[in-house]
Amino acid sequence: MSKAYKPADLIETDIDAYLVQHQHKSLLRFITCGSVDDGKSTLIGRLLYDSKMIFEDQLAALEADSRKVGTQGGAIDFALLVDGLAAEREQGITIDVAYRFFATDHRKFIVADTPGHEQYTRNMVTGASTADAAVVLIDARKGVLTQTRRHSYLVNLLGIRNVVLAVNKMDLVGWDQAVFDAIVSEYRDFAGQIGLQTFTAIPMSALDGQNITEPSAAAPWYDGPPLMRWLETVAVDDDLAARPFRMPVQWVNRPNLDFRGFSGQIAAGTVRPGDRVKVLPSGRESRVARIVTQPGDLDQAVAGQSVTLTLADEVDISRGDVLAAADDPCPVANQFESTLVWMDDEPMLPGRPYLMKIGAQTLTASITEPKYRVQVNTLEHIAAKRLELNEIGVCNLSLDRAIPFEAYGANRDLGGFILIDRISNRTVGAGMLHFALRRADNIHWQATDIDKAARADQKSQKGRVVWFTGLSGAGKSTIANLVEKRLHALGRHTYLLDGDNVRHGLNKDLGFTEEDRVENIRRVAEVSKLMVDAGLIVLTAFISPFRAERRMAREMMTADEFVEVYVETPLSVAESRDVKGLYKKARAGELRNFTGIDSPYEPPEHAELTVDTTTLSPIEAAEQIVAWLEAD
Amino acid sequence: MTQTTLASARHPGSDTPMSLAPDRLTHLQRLEAESIHIMREVAAEAERPVMLYSIGKDSAVMLHLAAKAFFPGKPPFPLLHVDTTWKFQAMYEMRERMARDLGFDLLVHKNPDAVARGINPFDHGPAHTDLWKTEGLKQALAAHGFDAAFGGARRDEEKSRAKERIFSFRSAEQRWDPKNQRPELWRLYNARKNKGESIRVFPISNWTELDIWQYIHLENIPIVPLYFSAARPVVERDGALIMVDDDRFRLRPDETPMMKSVRFRTLGCYPLTGAVESTAETLPQIIQEMLLTTTSERQGRAIDHDQSASMEKKKQEGYF
Repeated sequence: MSKAYKPADLIETDIDAYLVQHQHKSLLRFITCGSVDDGKSTLIGRLLYDSKMIFEDQLAALEADSRKVGTQGGAIDFALLVDGLAAEREQGITIDVAYRFFATDHRKFIVADTPGHEQYTRNMVTGASTADAAVVLIDARKGVLTQTRRHSYLVNLLGIRNVVLAVNKMDLVGWDQAVFDAIVSEYRDFAGQIGLQTFTAIPMSALDGQNITEPSAAAPWYDGPPLMRWLETVAVDDDLAARPFRMPVQWVNRPNLDFRGFSGQIAAGTVRPGDRVKVLPSGRESRVARIVTQPGDLDQAVAGQSVTLTLADEVDISRGDVLAAADDPCPVANQFESTLVWMDDEPMLPGRPYLMKIGAQTLTASITEPKYRVQVNTLEHIAAKRLELNEIGVCNLSLDRAIPFEAYGANRDLGGFILIDRISNRTVGAGMLHFALRRADNIHWQATDIDKAARADQKSQKGRVVWFTGLSGAGKSTIANLVEKRLHALGRHTYLLDGDNVRHGLNKDLGFTEEDRVENIRRVAEVSKLMVDAGLIVLTAFISPFRAERRMAREMMTADEFVEVYVETPLSVAESRDVKGLYKKARAGELRNFTGIDSPYEPPEHAELTVDTTTLSPIEAAEQIVAWLEAD
Repeated sequence: MTQTTLASARHPGSDTPMSLAPDRLTHLQRLEAESIHIMREVAAEAERPVMLYSIGKDSAVMLHLAAKAFFPGKPPFPLLHVDTTWKFQAMYEMRERMARDLGFDLLVHKNPDAVARGINPFDHGPAHTDLWKTEGLKQALAAHGFDAAFGGARRDEEKSRAKERIFSFRSAEQRWDPKNQRPELWRLYNARKNKGESIRVFPISNWTELDIWQYIHLENIPIVPLYFSAARPVVERDGALIMVDDDRFRLRPDETPMMKSVRFRTLGCYPLTGAVESTAETLPQIIQEMLLTTTSERQGRAIDHDQSASMEKKKQEGYF
């Protein structure tokens, strides 16, 4: 075995020299793609072994295991080193990303080891998100497979530009150059289709250590680098440091009245004291005064460094703002086209608001119906209403405020985002911004002279929405109708939006799938908002089963404009009433997605009012509600 | 050996042995920037963060990074030492010194139940770790209402760590569910949690043992002297060299402490921590010994020997 990557000699003879050498190593993060059958575990085991990252106790255990359960006839089975994954599968634990570490004389490496199968797409995307390079493994006997295409598509989607096509198991095809050339040619065609501009193909045998650290004598026709040489020399930093300066502000550092610094990790470019910077989205400008770090100030800082900047002027800056080169700032927008990777068991529902974290800020985003989803095995575009776990689609995003951004292809930190479910708080998706849609910019809100307050004052009332929610048959419409009659009698200006009635007109194109229910409520909320703007008291009577949509409606109004009324009725009671005969149909399977039967109802947690219809008559309930409204 | 700090290496044109291209960060600079980024995210998003301090070398690096992250301010969270009362004396001295020198608020928690029952490593075996550390940690986090706790674990230490997220969630019962971890992409950490849940955050996840030592060396970070070789009184017990650090140590009839040149590769409760015979008295010598050594780091610690999946199991129960 080669000694080229064993730094032991220098460690033994001159540790100080070794430390100086090690100190100046750069870091390469890469991902390996391919299934266990392609020799991925063997390859990683081989890299760890050849770079002496295996201790003797581990090696002794490995040799024993190799004799006992190895597949290499008693010789060392490198796959056993890294096959935590196989054990995971037996135990039924989620197959996950594992990170492994090794170093050579020139570089330190972090490998994200991710599983290859389609059901682990989200794990691979996670591993790829932080990788500088990718090694796509192919079994020379099998050539370019469906999974090769899928892995390459994901690698390219996540913006990895340094790609090795590792054609493994060349020993099993007799190191035949024709086999290698045919695979490379086929892959080149495919790479062109997905926009992967360059790649390096290396014929190798991970098992025998051929073309791993040393050029292989078995393939004299190959004059490129062995894998380790490629990993050690491929450019890591891209041209990030040469781009215009950008830094999302993570933390405002204000230990006392004399110091006000803005801390963050530089996403692009280089910064020096004296540079003019623009604060986004506000657009204010100032000059960098100091680059503060411990133990001392810096003359300059570059992409990737975490620093604290002070500015020459007092400018209002908070977490989430971006400091950018004043002469070349990044754009600001609130609507985007993006590619989304869905990562949750619960599907992505268009129209539902999700939390979006991008850079150092968290805001609310809603997603349109996918333009299409991508069949990652064939790259086909398929029409889709929603995105399920591991599906990838192109969607438009609409944010609740404008943000500074860059296309993901230009900057991962300013174009990559995650989506968080607002109720479970799980990370449910990840996405990449492509470009801003200019629609919202072009349609400015028309400011009118008569405003909401003026309209409400004229009616001597406060415009608001009384939002009734509850099961079908709970009595929402009945009670809302009684409330409206009483308010009308009191001289209030009201309008009742009833679920069934709205579905005859405004929403007659919608059905009862989860997506349509979300859209139904979104439209009702928008109409309610206009009516509140007109100064009216709006009563809505919709099942509105999901907390997320009720919260969306609430957040469209100002704080005291939204009054949630929970009409509480146990399912058994509502079902026994069954005024419209719907429960019977649902139980018989004639009605699908019926709330309470085969679709969930999420009761409110913080309703302004709850009326229990098992103890109150509709008239009593209405009186309580009116009394509450008139007193408030 | 001249000390070359990372900060000076950042200045292009400075007299570092190899001048750095300004657009190229070293692996330690990238790791440092990542750890600082993580700490600032937690400070910005958690309500009551705390930093777990175990007084070992990884903790020392974590503290140093925290001081850098918020410089010239103080880190906006206290230090918490979950004490077992059985640490080395030199560790207690270091703890007080570090808190004072770096200006941290230091909280020390000793499980009152374990105090009352006199739990010790001689009589109580696994219950010692369980009550002092696992239960003690849970008590302290709950008592102060901490919702995010930094820990100095690294992914290269052990198999189950290799798969743990940087932001690792604990249920209201403080259990870890390895099957239900959140995807963690780019530098975007989702720190949102439901009521009662908390997060363990591992800002030095991606550092290796060598990185830690090299950084301590370059940044001149103070560490407990036990890491350096010196003549110390030890007994050989069950194949391990155990230091007799105070008069609570129960010598067996056939045991007499003998002075040996030893040092420690990891630090824990002194009766449970094996020393190695060594002559390494400087950091380069320690690093040299570590690199040439033939056994992996955690062999000196009794906790992992019980069963191979023991760490994963302990973590699920709330051990850090």
